[in-house]
Amino acid sequence: MKNFSRHLIKKVGIMLLTLWLIITCTFFLIHSLPGSPYVNQEKLTPAQLEILNRQAGLDKPLPEQYLIYFKNLARGDFGTSFQFKNQPVTKLLLNRVGPSVQLGFQAILTGTVMGVILGMISAMRQNTWVDSIVTIIAILGRSIPNFVFAVILQYLFAVKLSIFPIALWGKFSYTILPTITLAMAPMANSARFIRTEMVEVLNSDYIELARSKGLSHWQIACRHGLRNSLIPLITLLGPMAVSLMTGSLVVENIYAVPGIGEQFVKSIITNDYPTIMAITILYSAMLIIILFVVDLLYGLVDPRIRVTGGERLAA
Amino acid sequence: MLPEEFELLDLPPNAFEPLEISGAGADGGAGAGDSAGAPSLSFFQDAWRRLKKNKGAVLSLFILALIALLSFGAVFISPGDPNKQNLAYVNLPPKIPGVTINGFNGAAIVAGERVDKYVLGNIPPDVYFYLGTDGLGRDMLSRLLMGTRMSLIIAIIAAALDLGIGVAYGMVSAAAGGRVDGFMQRALEILSGIPTLAVMILMLTIFEPGIVSIVLAMIITGWVNMARVVRAQTLKLQEREFVLAAAALGASKAKIALTHILPNISGVIIVQMMFSIPTAIFFEAFLSFIGLGLKVPMASLGTLLSDGYKTFRFLPHLMWAPAIVLSVIMICFNLLADGVRDAFDPKMKK
Amino acid sequence: MSGLLTIENLDISFSVFAGEVKAVRGVSFRLDKGETLAIVGESGSGKSVTVKSIMRLLPNNAKINSGSILLDGEDLLRQNERETLKVRGQRIGMIFQDPMTALDPTMNIGDQVMESLLLHKRISRREAGKKALELLELVGITTAGKRMRHFPHQFSGGQRQRIVIAIALICSPEIIIADEPTTALDVTVQAQILELLKEIQKQLATAVIFITHDLGVVANIADRVAVMYAGKIVEIGKVDEILLNSRHPYTWGLLSAMPSHNADEKRIYTIPGTPPDMLCPPQGDAFYPRNKYALKIDTLRMPPFFQVSPTHQAATWLLAPGAPEVTPPAEIIAGRELFRERARNAR
Repeated sequence: MKNFSRHLIKKVGIMLLTLWLIITCTFFLIHSLPGSPYVNQEKLTPAQLEILNRQAGLDKPLPEQYLIYFKNLARGDFGTSFQFKNQPVTKLLLNRVGPSVQLGFQAILTGTVMGVILGMISAMRQNTWVDSIVTIIAILGRSIPNFVFAVILQYLFAVKLSIFPIALWGKFSYTILPTITLAMAPMANSARFIRTEMVEVLNSDYIELARSKGLSHWQIACRHGLRNSLIPLITLLGPMAVSLMTGSLVVENIYAVPGIGEQFVKSIITNDYPTIMAITILYSAMLIIILFVVDLLYGLVDPRIRVTGGERLAA
Repeated sequence: MLPEEFELLDLPPNAFEPLEISGAGADGGAGAGDSAGAPSLSFFQDAWRRLKKNKGAVLSLFILALIALLSFGAVFISPGDPNKQNLAYVNLPPKIPGVTINGFNGAAIVAGERVDKYVLGNIPPDVYFYLGTDGLGRDMLSRLLMGTRMSLIIAIIAAALDLGIGVAYGMVSAAAGGRVDGFMQRALEILSGIPTLAVMILMLTIFEPGIVSIVLAMIITGWVNMARVVRAQTLKLQEREFVLAAAALGASKAKIALTHILPNISGVIIVQMMFSIPTAIFFEAFLSFIGLGLKVPMASLGTLLSDGYKTFRFLPHLMWAPAIVLSVIMICFNLLADGVRDAFDPKMKK
Repeated sequence: MSGLLTIENLDISFSVFAGEVKAVRGVSFRLDKGETLAIVGESGSGKSVTVKSIMRLLPNNAKINSGSILLDGEDLLRQNERETLKVRGQRIGMIFQDPMTALDPTMNIGDQVMESLLLHKRISRREAGKKALELLELVGITTAGKRMRHFPHQFSGGQRQRIVIAIALICSPEIIIADEPTTALDVTVQAQILELLKEIQKQLATAVIFITHDLGVVANIADRVAVMYAGKIVEIGKVDEILLNSRHPYTWGLLSAMPSHNADEKRIYTIPGTPPDMLCPPQGDAFYPRNKYALKIDTLRMPPFFQVSPTHQAATWLLAPGAPEVTPPAEIIAGRELFRERARNAR
């Protein structure tokens, strides 16, 4: 147990260090930019500029600004958006968390559930046409970029067939196309992962013992096969979260979902630096936390490493 | 004493004489020996032989070679200047000589009716745009070839740089060992915690988007995986007898690394690089799509797709062409990478 | 006495890349209620394949070409999937070779022991748990109540094999198949597990098919012994008949290869050569290339079974009328004397 807590402390330390590094780099990179961030800067008089700078705290020396930024950050204050006058970034983002989180969850849920089912069927029916179809689905889902999926699905199902709304946010039906788009990659990856994992597991001795007990093919797959294949699937959650974040940027944009990703792209286009910084930090923090949780979770659910608390050795 | 089915017909009279065995039982079964004389294959020949058996990978390699040939060859034999604007030929749908299928015959649906836009625009009958033209009257096929070329160049440069940095870092870290290795590993761990996406967007909001800044943005975190894999493999190899023997004979660390370790981890490096190329293509297209990509008049698959998307309700051909090419390239690279990995290490199928 | 399990003329082959591997070539034997039959042979002799076919646990590329496996008169090879599942675990239990990999690492051992009981019998979870607890105690897991919630990696190899035995026993099967159950264990643990198997067999009166390549183990546990070579049974008989009065040169080889108790013997005897390639087994007796007693006829014809006694048969041309008298190795002759002495004493 002592071993485990040391492992934990080390992980948290590295996590905080990473986050600090990201915040610091982001801050100095953005503040080292030549010029100032205002729209129509040329039209402003020096006096106006000075007032604006003072309001934004840009007149102080850089190290002081850095300290102030950190102090504010600790209170959850990301500063004021340049794009929307006097709108605190925190408030701006809070309004947009809902749709992003909803889409993310829907996508990861449908994606992994579908992927696990497909992977399992394909492992059980190895080298049949079912297996080939799943393999093709997996390679397509893994290869085709999600914005290409988004565009094609939108064109086919919204523009041509009018089954789903083209874009915007409202009823559940608005979430279907973006969810499907975002679910593609997790589905493909988990299907492939589960298939390989299952094939390996189904060849192991304990599966033969399970067969000798009189369990049927599918009983074995569900009770022993799936159980042993699902645990390593947790390691896929980290990469999945990363690809969802990346995907959400374009997918939310294409379907005009009022989420964080859409705001990010808007902020990039309008050079809204406080918001860009805030979202960069938010994304990094989320990713770091997810990776940490995955690491912990893996230790918790796999009985083989639960006691020792060490990292699972790659076989 | 005798079993019923025991028959002694047609047996030679000396059947029950002891058998003289030459070399008394030295080798058991008939034909159990190794089939000697099979040519021994080098590591790469063996991998190549296995890769050739993988139909998907071979087909992918062929398609990729074709795409590369077309897009790079187009510098010399382009159907038209990809940047030449001709406002008389704006937004024309694809038209291929002799093809009458809707979508490739110059016809398009305007206000609910299918009309020949080439006739409508008073375009000379001997003018064909195989993939149509865009909003500035530029030939789409030429732009597509140029964009593909650009995407491939960016991806290959980024992958090559990832490889260089990653291999050097990984090998140095493994060879140094001890505290240096520990420090270098912590640094890697921190870098890998930073989302690639955040770094890239930050870099491109600060620097003017262009080939250099896009490549730079991609390699900041891109080389981390390569470094990890190389370090792990190097550590494993350092324990092997032939490396220990070289060290015992007084070879320097650098010499061991270059002559003994590098050739032996080249398979792993190639596999890793095969996977980083499609990743780079994806990110380049992704950045272009959200408006952080190359600036006009340069074009990549991402910018073409992004432009095509803006008008895809009315001019879908401008979106389909880059979307299909991008998807095909991605699929082929992934299939090829899978094939190469299986060929180099049949056990590593995951 | 009619056998509990009767195997007739079983013939199994595997289709592999290079062709057809003839793994089992016409195996017949009988297993009576409550007896222990040991099947002995080198690896690749087809002993594992034979018993796996009883459980219908052969891999997909295996093909049963002919034969029958009668359990209480019912042919297991003609059963449908559902009937097969009912036999497995319930009527026939199996003990595996490597206890380190035979248990599901993600399921606690209580659930693993109970699993087939809950599957085959109408029984509540609680009662199943009680039964599992009793059985785990019987096989020698101390503080079984607490340990039922533990996972396989928390047990040593010997303990895991005890658990595997408990899993095989939980439905009180009529037959237990033990596939080299001690091969993967330490020597000291081997003896314990053998002792346990013997004990249980006596207590529960289960018939056991015990597969091993170690004749030393056989003396300890078996009532009858079948010796297999190249997919065929070459000699079968009561344990004394095989160990002391064997007739087949291959059995002689196996016996000579046993590490002897006399320490003065400097060298351990090995049978020269390797088993034949089963892709194309030799036409006559498969053992003749390694057999220094081989006759010319061995290269031409497979030997049939010759009766040595009502319970003892051997497939070698040496027993045919007209075959020359050969002198077996010294230790075999010594064994025969001991055998005759025992027979006299029994009278």
